[in-house]
Amino acid sequence: MPEISRDEVAHLAMLARIDLSDAELDHLAPQLSVILESVASINGVAGDDVPPTSHALPLTNVFREDVVVPSLTAEEALSGAPAVEDQRFSVPRILGEEA
Amino acid sequence: MTATDTTLMPFDDVLAAYDPALGLEVHVELNTASKMFCGCPAVFGGEPNAGVCPTCLGLPGAMPVVNGKAVESAIRIGLALNCDIAEWCRFARKNYFYPDMPKNFQTSQYDEPICFDGWMDVTVPTEGGEDETFRVEIERAHMEEDTGKSLHVGGSTGRIHGADYSLVDYNRAGIPLIEIVTRPILGAGERAPEVAKAYVAQLRELIVALGVSEARMDQGNLRADVNLSLSPKGSGTLGTRTETKNVNSFRSVERAVRYEMQRHAAILSGGGSILQETRHWHEDTGMTTSGREKSDAEDYRYFPEPDLVPVAPSREWVEELRGTLPENPTARRARLQAEWGFSDMEMRDTVGAGALGLVEQTIAEGAAPQAARKWWLGELARRSNEDGVDLVDLPITPAQVARIQALVDEKVVNDKLARQVFEGVLAGEGTPDEVVDKRGLAVVSDDGALGAAVDNAIAANPDVADKIRDGKVAAAGALIGAVMKEMRGQADAGRVRELILEKLAV
Repeated sequence: MPEISRDEVAHLAMLARIDLSDAELDHLAPQLSVILESVASINGVAGDDVPPTSHALPLTNVFREDVVVPSLTAEEALSGAPAVEDQRFSVPRILGEEA
Repeated sequence: MTATDTTLMPFDDVLAAYDPALGLEVHVELNTASKMFCGCPAVFGGEPNAGVCPTCLGLPGAMPVVNGKAVESAIRIGLALNCDIAEWCRFARKNYFYPDMPKNFQTSQYDEPICFDGWMDVTVPTEGGEDETFRVEIERAHMEEDTGKSLHVGGSTGRIHGADYSLVDYNRAGIPLIEIVTRPILGAGERAPEVAKAYVAQLRELIVALGVSEARMDQGNLRADVNLSLSPKGSGTLGTRTETKNVNSFRSVERAVRYEMQRHAAILSGGGSILQETRHWHEDTGMTTSGREKSDAEDYRYFPEPDLVPVAPSREWVEELRGTLPENPTARRARLQAEWGFSDMEMRDTVGAGALGLVEQTIAEGAAPQAARKWWLGELARRSNEDGVDLVDLPITPAQVARIQALVDEKVVNDKLARQVFEGVLAGEGTPDEVVDKRGLAVVSDDGALGAAVDNAIAANPDVADKIRDGKVAAAGALIGAVMKEMRGQADAGRVRELILEKLAV
């Protein structure tokens, strides 16, 4: 039976940058377990001859020609940005990570 | 983290107590015309955010489509590294929160890389004169996309720490990358820094031979991450590793390995433990500083990319691509040495200086082998040492070196004056001929000899000549090539073109 612990939910929330309070964790962790259990019922149906599937279509090798296609102007690209400076997207200070 | 925290152990003492384990991750930016998953130009630089579209900006509803040419390049790299090519593999989303990827994930490959289980033999010369070969095992080579470029504003260092905000240019986001990952390289001992350097240098040589990337380290087309750990000598275990990111020259790869070995050893011998983290290499100080704690792979919550169907290269395609592989570099070196008549020492010095390809190209441009070697290993090696840059990154091309030698052969300049021409070209004064001009050396031109060569080219290529007479002026290129060849590159192409069109009465 799949189960997800409160600590695992807290870790996932941190990875997803979702700020959960202790009360919310208490509330949500069991719910996620129930969801996982429901999904896991598929295991009972799928036999060994059914491989795990990530794509609904039986397609492979859909490729594009290596050709440049003009698209947005810089002005268009930046038109939806909350903040712009020097023709670049301005983003808030990055904390806790450095690439 | 400042320089003053860092204690280093003398290198010989490190070797007495520890065995190093090396691992190298090299990112190769492909030279496709368009990006990995969209039709934007795969060109970094230029006007910010002018080479972007809804797909590489991660706008809602935009759908990626794989660049077939990039898959081809990935397979060719894998084959050249003696890898198996997956019969079926998928892309995966690598999820992280960092604005260099506007989607909040990077499209990469996870447990199904397109290339895996390869190797490359790396040659390191010994003091005794014998070459020593290390077999570097390649764990995988996978396809992914490059990230955008961030500028950090405010603070004093231009780095993230202390910055007030950041500005992002997404022109680079989505340019195809191949990441090549080695298995741990064990047993290199004192040669570990040299093996790391030689691996990256030979890998670059291979990438250049394949023609799949510009492979300029100074331009970031080829970026090396150096993993290093130490274990107590003879223990056969693996220690905790650090990953030094974006080491951008062969020389720096060697220095970074040596530095990290000495730093790890100082910490371990003092009873400390190594923090698993990324480190930043600083070219100017020759040191690394702490970056971020390294996430575990599962923290990236990889999952199969639902918007891209799997890649399943047919065996026929793979074999067809195998047929396009260039000569193996080791075999090539042996062949070139024989062709050029170089001694073992001359050849080793040429390879060791990273000049093999440069010398080869210079010879292809018409210079005699010994002349090509003399300039790259003499005048130019001296300059690269002085300036602290790799030979290949000097602002001079093999064609220009060949041209300078041609000027010597033509007796327009002597060796001594040729050095001034090198100086001028390196200083950005223009082509060798322009430098000769500006510095007051006249080039002799001979329209008679040129006219004869043009006549020969027309006679030897009657159908090309007919095309030009029919108005296909672009075909003149073939004749110009023939004339330039006959003139051993010592003619002005513009003048040759004029003469051809004049003689064909176009």
